[in-house]
Amino acid sequence: MENSNNHCLSITPSSLVLLSIIGFITLILIRVLYIIHRSSQPRSASSQQKPLSTLIVLGSGGHTAEMINLLNVLQKNSFTPRYYIAAATDNMSLQKAQVLESSWLSEGGVEEVGSAKFMQIYRSREVGQSYITSVGTTLIALAHALWLMIKIRPHVILCNGPGTCIPLCAIAFIFKILGIRWSYIFYVESIARVRRLSLSALLLYKLRMADQLFVQWPQLKSKYHRAHYVGRLM
Amino acid sequence: MAEADEDLKSRRTVFVTVGTTCFDSLVRAVDTQEVKEELFKKGYTHLLIQMGRGSYIPAKSTGENGSLEVDCFTFSSSITDYLRSASLVISHAGSGSIFETLRLQKPLIVVVNEDLMDNHQSELAEELAERKHLFCARPQTLYQTIADMDLGSLIPYQPGDAAPVAKLLNSFLGFPDD
Repeated sequence: MENSNNHCLSITPSSLVLLSIIGFITLILIRVLYIIHRSSQPRSASSQQKPLSTLIVLGSGGHTAEMINLLNVLQKNSFTPRYYIAAATDNMSLQKAQVLESSWLSEGGVEEVGSAKFMQIYRSREVGQSYITSVGTTLIALAHALWLMIKIRPHVILCNGPGTCIPLCAIAFIFKILGIRWSYIFYVESIARVRRLSLSALLLYKLRMADQLFVQWPQLKSKYHRAHYVGRLM
Repeated sequence: MAEADEDLKSRRTVFVTVGTTCFDSLVRAVDTQEVKEELFKKGYTHLLIQMGRGSYIPAKSTGENGSLEVDCFTFSSSITDYLRSASLVISHAGSGSIFETLRLQKPLIVVVNEDLMDNHQSELAEELAERKHLFCARPQTLYQTIADMDLGSLIPYQPGDAAPVAKLLNSFLGFPDD
C-alpha cells in the first residue's frame, strides 16, 4: 500500500511539465505532418467554383515579366480579389501590375473595378547589405510580413523567385498549422535557374511549404522529383 | 526624305544594354578599339550603349573618317524601341533583357558579369547558348566572340507558354479549365 502510494507520488510536478511539453510537441509534429500531407492533395470538390483571394508576390525585372505571362492566362474571375506585393524599393513591378490590371479592365477580362490591391513590403536584406545589420532589418521585415498576412489572409499564394516571398509563405504555412487560414502555395522557379534551385525554392521544396513547385527546365525536374515541369513561361 | 530613308536602311546599330545594373567591365570591353574596329569591319555603323549605374563613360564619336558612330545614355523607361531598331544586341545576363531580345528575333551576345556575388545568371546564358539561341561571352572574350560569330548558326527561340502551368493550377484548385 505504502509502496504504491510512493509510486504515484513519484510523478513530480517537474516531470508532469516535461511530459506535457513532449505531448505538446508530438501533437504539433503530427499536425505539421498532416498539413504537409493535405497540402499535396488537390482542393476538395465541395468547395469548388468559389473565387479565391490571391496574393501575388512580385520580384524585380525578369521575375515580374514571368509572373505577368502566367497571370495573363489565368481565369481572372476565379482568382479574385488579387493582392500584389513587391519590395518597397521596387516601384517598377507594382507599376507593371497596375498597367496589367487596367488592361484587363478595359478588355473586359475583369468584371469589377477594385478587384486588385497593391502593397509594398520591407525587404529583409538589400543587395550588398552587411549580414550584421540585416538581423535587425529581417525582424522588421518579418513583423511587416505578419501584419500584411493578417490583413490579407489569402487563399492562394503565387510566387516566382524573389526572397521576399519566403517570410510570407512561412507565415501562411504557420496559419495553416494554427488553422487560421488554408492557403494554397504555388511557387514557379525563375527561368534563370537552369541547373540549381534558388535558395527560396530550395527552402520551400525541402520544408514542403509549397503545395506545388514548378521548374522551367527539365534538368531541374530530374533533380527534384516532386517538382513539375510543363514548359517555360517566357 | 528619300535620303533619310536611305540613311535609315544603311544604318546598322549595335545596341548594348546593362539594364539597371552596374557593369563597367562590359562597357569598357565594348569601348575598346579592337571591338569597335571588328564591329565596323562586320558592317555595323552605329554603337549605342545603355550604361546603367556604371561610372565608366565611353568616348562618344560622330563616326567620321570610317569608324563607328558611338553614343551612350544611362537609363530609359523602355528599351523595346532600341532593341527593335538594333541589328545586333549585346546584353547583360538578366533574363528580362535576354527574352525581350529573343522575342524580337534579334541576334544577341550575352555577356556574363563575373563580379556578381551569386552568379547564377551564367546558367541561363550558357543553356541558351548551348541551344544556339544566342552567343555567350565574358567581358574579356567579347572581342573573340564577335570575331568568330556566325549569325547564320543561330536558331530562333520559340517563346514559352504559360498555359500548361495555369492548367495545373486550375486542376489543383478544382477550377474549370477553359
